[in-house]
Amino acid sequence: MTASFATDPVLNVRGLSKTFGSLHVTRSIDLDLHAGARIGLIGPNGAGKTTFVNLLTGVIPADAGSIALDGRPIERLSAERRVRRGLVRTHQLNALLLEETAVDNIAIAIAERDRKAWRMLRYGAAWRACVEEAHDWLREVGLARLANGRVSELSYGDQRLLEIGIALSLKPRVLLLDEPAAGVPSGEAHAIHAMIERLPRDVAVLMIEHDMELVFRFAREIVVLVAGGVYTRGAPAEIAADERVRAVYLGRSAA
Amino acid sequence: MSESEIIRPVAAPARPGLPLLAGRLLPWAAVIVVFFALPDRLTLGANVFIMALFALSLDLAVGYAGIVSLGHAAFYGIGAYAAAICAIHLTPDPILGLVFATIVAALFGLVTGMLILHTRGVTLMMLTLAIAALAAETANQAHAITGGDDGLQMPELEPLLGHFHFDLWGRTAYLYSAAVLLVWFLISRRIVRSPFGRSISGVRQNVRRMRAIGTPVWGRLVATYALSAGIAGSAGALAAQSTGTVGLNAMSLLASGTVLMVLALGGMGRLYGAFIGALVYVVLQDFAAEMDPFRWMFVIGALMIAVVLFLDDGLMGLADIVGRRFSGRVR
Amino acid sequence: MEYVTILLDGLAYGMVLFIISVGLTVTMGLMRVINLAHGAFAMIGGYAAAALIQAGAPFAVALALATLGVAALGALAELLLYRPIYRKGELSQSLMTFGLTFVVIAALTSIFGPGVRPIPIPSALDGMMNLGFRAYPTYRLFLIVVGLALMGLLWLLIDGTLFGARLRAAVDNPRMCQAVGVNVRLLFTVAFALGCGLAAFGAVAGAQLMPLDSYYALRYLVLFLVVVGVGGLGNFRGSFVAAVGLGVVDTFSKYLVPNAAPYVFYGLVVALLLWRPDGLMPARSAS
Repeated sequence: MTASFATDPVLNVRGLSKTFGSLHVTRSIDLDLHAGARIGLIGPNGAGKTTFVNLLTGVIPADAGSIALDGRPIERLSAERRVRRGLVRTHQLNALLLEETAVDNIAIAIAERDRKAWRMLRYGAAWRACVEEAHDWLREVGLARLANGRVSELSYGDQRLLEIGIALSLKPRVLLLDEPAAGVPSGEAHAIHAMIERLPRDVAVLMIEHDMELVFRFAREIVVLVAGGVYTRGAPAEIAADERVRAVYLGRSAA
Repeated sequence: MSESEIIRPVAAPARPGLPLLAGRLLPWAAVIVVFFALPDRLTLGANVFIMALFALSLDLAVGYAGIVSLGHAAFYGIGAYAAAICAIHLTPDPILGLVFATIVAALFGLVTGMLILHTRGVTLMMLTLAIAALAAETANQAHAITGGDDGLQMPELEPLLGHFHFDLWGRTAYLYSAAVLLVWFLISRRIVRSPFGRSISGVRQNVRRMRAIGTPVWGRLVATYALSAGIAGSAGALAAQSTGTVGLNAMSLLASGTVLMVLALGGMGRLYGAFIGALVYVVLQDFAAEMDPFRWMFVIGALMIAVVLFLDDGLMGLADIVGRRFSGRVR
Repeated sequence: MEYVTILLDGLAYGMVLFIISVGLTVTMGLMRVINLAHGAFAMIGGYAAAALIQAGAPFAVALALATLGVAALGALAELLLYRPIYRKGELSQSLMTFGLTFVVIAALTSIFGPGVRPIPIPSALDGMMNLGFRAYPTYRLFLIVVGLALMGLLWLLIDGTLFGARLRAAVDNPRMCQAVGVNVRLLFTVAFALGCGLAAFGAVAGAQLMPLDSYYALRYLVLFLVVVGVGGLGNFRGSFVAAVGLGVVDTFSKYLVPNAAPYVFYGLVVALLLWRPDGLMPARSAS
C-alpha cells in the first residue's frame, strides 16, 4: 500500500483476519487511517463490511492481525477500552437510550469520557458540566431545540443525528460511521449529509455506506471489500471508472 | 405540526414546587404520626420498613440496572445470620451488628456478582437461583454456626446508641428501622441520579450503547449488585435484630419470590414503589395472620399473577394515571 | 456400595430429570418464556395420580390419566395465562409463573393436606431383576428404559416428522416460521401441552426418587431449570445429556460425600453455566 502521508497513521491495521468455521469472513485486511482521513468502505452485501467494523471495535475477537491506535496495539483490548482510547463508532441500527432525553444521552457519554461515571455521591458540579457540554454538542449536530425531548419521541433522522452527536462528544481520534444515512427518509437525509460534511477536520473517518452518491462525495479514498478481502482501493474517480468494481456489483445484483 | 417541534418537559424540574415537596415529605411525616397514633402497631410498622428496605435493594438491581435476581433472599438471609452471629460471638452493639451484616452481604454480592455478571438473561437468572440455593444449603448444613433447622436466637442486644432499649412494644425497633430505611433511601436516591446511576440505567436500556461510549459494563453491574446486596443485608440484619430470631426461611425461594412481588406490586425503578408495595404487603399479611401458611401462599401467588396481568407499572403506575387524570399534568 | 449400582441409580434419577425437564426446554427455547411453573404442572400430575391410585385405579391408568389431564390443563394455561406474557419482559414472566407455582402448591395442599403423597410401586415393577452380573431393582430399570425410549421417540418426532420440523424451525427463527405460514400459536399450545404432560408423566413415574410433597414444585424447580440451562435452551438432546450427567454426578456425590453433595451439584452447575453461558448444546448458533 502506498502511504502518501508523511505523518504516522492514527489507526494502523495489518493482516486482520477472521474465519467462522471454514468461512473466511475477513481475509488479511491492511488499512491505514491518517488524521483527517475520509475513507469510504464499500462492497456488495455479504462482503464482510460489518464484520470488519466489529473486529476493529472489538465486538468480536480477530483470529490474526494487528490493530494499532496512535502506535499502540489495541487488538487485545476490550471494546470499551478501545472506545476510551478514541476508537468510536456509530451503529447501523439505533442504539440509543430511549427513555432518556437527548441531552442526557450525550451527557452520559461525556461523563464516561471524562471518567466521571463512577461518581455516586458527590457529583453535582461535575454532572452539570457534562450537561452543559452536552448542549453544545446538540447545537453542533442541530438538535438544540430537542434537547429535553425524550429520545423515543425523536424522528428517525434526528435519532441518527443524535447518534453522531454522541460519537463526536467522545472526542474520537478515529470515527467509524456504519451506514449513517441508512433508512432515513429522503426529507431528513440532507441534514445527515450536511453533518457528515461538517465532521471535525482532524478526526480520521471510515464510512461504510450503501448510498454510493454519499460515499463518492464524502470519501477521498475508497476501499472495495469483496468476499472478506480488499478487492481494490483508490481515489473515488478511479474506483468509479473501474470496470471490475462495476462487474462485482452488477454480478451480485444480477444473481 | 411535525413532532420534532414539540418540546416536552421531561423528568423532574430542578426546583420542586411546594406541592411536590410536600408529597415527598408525606411518607416520612406518616412515619412520625403512626408512632404516636398507633403505639400498639409499631412492630407491624417495623416490618413494613424492613420489607421496604429489602424491596428497595432489589429495585436498584432489577429496576435500575436490569439484573433480574431470583435469589435476592440469599443476601437478606446472609445479613440476618451475620447480625445474629455478630451479636452472639462479637458484640451486642446493634449498630456494629448492622454494619457487620451489611458488609458481609455486600462482599458476598461482590464475589458472586463478579462471577456471574458476565452472563445475561436466562442464564443470569438461573445463576442467581443456583447461588441462592447454595447459600441456603450452607445455612442448613453449618449447624455449628447457623443452628441449621433450628435457626438462631439473638442474645439480648445493648441499648441502641447506649440509651434506647429494644422494648416489648417495638418503639425502638420502629424508629431504628425507619432511620436505617431513611438513610439507605437518601443514599439510593442520590446514587440513582448520579452519573453512576444514569450509567447503570443506561446498561438496562441498551448495553450496546453503553459499550459504544466506553462504559465498563461488568464493573458497573458488579458494583450495583454489591450495593444492592449490602442493602438487602441491612434489611436482613434489621429483621434479625427486631424479631430476635433468624431461620432458614429468610433464605427461601418463597422469600425471593415475595420481595419480587412486593417490588412489582409497588412499581419498579422508582424507589418509592418499594414503600407502597411493602406497606400493602405487610398490612395484608397482618390481616391474614390467622390464615394457615398455605392459604397465605395462595394469596401471594394470586397477587403476583394479578400484578403481571393487570398492573404493569405497579401501584405507583396506577397512582400516576390517577394523578394525571386529576391534575392534567404530564409526568 | 458398588460403583455400577450407583451408576445405574444415577442413570435412573437422570432419566426422571430428563422426562420432566424436556418439556421445559421446549417452553423456554421455543416460546422464550421464563417458566418457573413447570414443576407445578409436574406436581399436579403427581398429586392427581396419587389420588387416583388411592381411589383404586391401577398404576398404569393413573399414569395415563394424569399425563393426559395435565396436558389438557397445560393447553388451557397456555391460552389463558401464558399468551398475555409472551411480549412482556423476563421479569414479568418470572413473577407470573412464580405466582402460579405458589397458587398450585397452596391449592394442592389445601385439598390433599400437607405431607408426602405416596405413589406405591406397582407389583409388576416391584422386586429385583437379575442382570446376569447382579440383581437390580426392576423399578429403576423401568425408569432407565422409559427414559431411553422417550429420548428415541422424541428424536423420531423432532427429526423425522413435519411437526418436529416446524418445531425446530420455530426455535431457530420464529418470525420466519410465521411468515411461511406455520401456525405458530397452535404450535406453541401443542408443544406446551406436550411438555406439561411429560412433566406429569415424569413426576408420577419417578415419585419414588423424587417424593411428592407440598414443596415439590419449588424444591425441584431449580433442578429442572438447571437441566434446561446447562443443556442449552430448546435443545432436547442437550437436556438429555445434562439430565443424565447431572443425575449421575449428584448420585455419586450423595454416596461418596453425602454432606458436600449439594455443593458438588450446584458448584458444577455454576461452573458449567459460566463456562458455557448458552449451555452445552445451544440450539441457535450465535448470530
